[in-house]
Amino acid sequence: MIITVASGKGGTGKTTVAVNMALSLENVQLLDCDVEEPNSHILLQPKIYETKPVYTKIPVISEELCDYCGKCSKFCAYNALFVAPKTVMVFPELCHNCGGCALVCPKNAITEKERQIGVINKGEAKGVEIVYGELNVGEAMAVPLIRAVKNQMKKDKTVVIDAPPGTACSLVASVHKTDYCILVTEPTPFGLHDLKITVQVLKDLGVPMGVVINRAGIGDRKVYEYCEKENIPLLLEIQFSKKIAELYSRGVPFVAEMPEWKEKFLEILDKIER
Amino acid sequence: MVKQITVLSGKGGTGKTSLTASLAVLAQKAVLTDCDVDAPDLHLLLKPEVVETQEFKASRVAVMDEGTCVQCGKCEEHCRFGAIEKLVIDPVLCEGCGVCVYICPVAAVDIEERISGYAFISKTKYGSMSHARLNPGEENSGKLVTLVRQNAKKIAETENCELIINDGPPGIGCPVIASVGGVDMGLIVVEPTLSGIHDMERALGLLNHFKIPALVCVNKYDLNEENTDKIVEFCGSNGVEVVGKIPFDQIVTEAMVAGKPVVEYSPKSRISTDIIELWKRTLENV
Repeated sequence: MIITVASGKGGTGKTTVAVNMALSLENVQLLDCDVEEPNSHILLQPKIYETKPVYTKIPVISEELCDYCGKCSKFCAYNALFVAPKTVMVFPELCHNCGGCALVCPKNAITEKERQIGVINKGEAKGVEIVYGELNVGEAMAVPLIRAVKNQMKKDKTVVIDAPPGTACSLVASVHKTDYCILVTEPTPFGLHDLKITVQVLKDLGVPMGVVINRAGIGDRKVYEYCEKENIPLLLEIQFSKKIAELYSRGVPFVAEMPEWKEKFLEILDKIER
Repeated sequence: MVKQITVLSGKGGTGKTSLTASLAVLAQKAVLTDCDVDAPDLHLLLKPEVVETQEFKASRVAVMDEGTCVQCGKCEEHCRFGAIEKLVIDPVLCEGCGVCVYICPVAAVDIEERISGYAFISKTKYGSMSHARLNPGEENSGKLVTLVRQNAKKIAETENCELIINDGPPGIGCPVIASVGGVDMGLIVVEPTLSGIHDMERALGLLNHFKIPALVCVNKYDLNEENTDKIVEFCGSNGVEVVGKIPFDQIVTEAMVAGKPVVEYSPKSRISTDIIELWKRTLENV
């Protein structure tokens, strides 16, 4: 079973739900796909046993072979190559590593070299195996690193994926081919607005979903009304509580101090399996 | 010269948009942008009236004509995104590079351009606004952010505005880079949690990387004053000014439900006084 925790709006409690859920289950692997700002390791405090670099490939132009015909830059859909009369410029941050430029070059003047975009860390804490990616600061493209994190997936475990905020390609890469998506939202106009967009993404992808309402009690009732109207099951409500907020601020997953919540996270899994 | 400020945070949900809406009120005649194009919320507070809508065509996806395909498998072999499996193209994984089109011996594959979002130019009672809406699940949010910012710049020039305030997206990747490129100041909104601090450090790293001056504002500072002290200390030793500490206050949620910026919804509250002071100190730095 692969479960992704997503939200659309940032800061609604994805990481809180993902980590507390992972700590409540047995034989579980947590994949933090928020590679721009990974936080689940802050709550989990794992012992890291492996850190490895993640590379993408970028073109290298042989000045000797190149005759500046410009076919590569014409082909490149990402404007990562610029050909001037006597020089070729490569913009590594724009390159998607499709290999097309090398393919179309009539002089075989293009080879490739590796370029590091970030790292993935593997570790373990309290029986939870964790893998998280860290995108290098200044690096634009998160998707290749998200895919590298997901490549570490162990299908014999229950996999919990902590997705990044937003509703664009990073979310799609995280939630792609998962069995279920838990949407964490807060009962506010911002929470509702971004929830609706995320629901659309999941419908397009055909991923079944349910909602966790965090900070219940603040805001208004419109998220509840929306979920009812759209037939999206409400999996859990987490009341707004200064204690939970304070535990989070210190990096403590709340099931560690309030073990009665483990039951509730187990019930979510039950509901999902049904 | 038009000055530009981008509000960012690294971590999501720290209060960027709520703060930006108040700054929009205080700035009086600034051009406002929402650079969070895939989960935009600023319009919920500023209530823009759309004057102009532009189609944003940036999405490319490969489509296969099964009737023409001779099942040679070359496309599948050359696709580096794993987007072709058993000769079926998965549009989710396809990045529109065109390698399959190039390699296909019978021209069975083609690239289709799709509308991947819309950009809007709007009027609000606080000033003109440039914003956008990326279609759910689309790529190229960075390019759409660039379009939003180009539109804002044009508006600022024609309307003779001296300031653009950009509400940035969370994270530090492509759309954030597009939101901070070439701005005069990045204002980082941080909450006093360990995650918030971790993400602020990465957001500061990003601003540093692009040589953009930074200011920090601690939001909900009283949720954990020990962490707030850590933030202040960290900023102090890195030469970054903390321009404000805003307390936790339910008024912020109330204002959001009412669809109004905090300083307008509750102008006499302590939090509004703090935001006004923060804005003053921000302007001194721009």
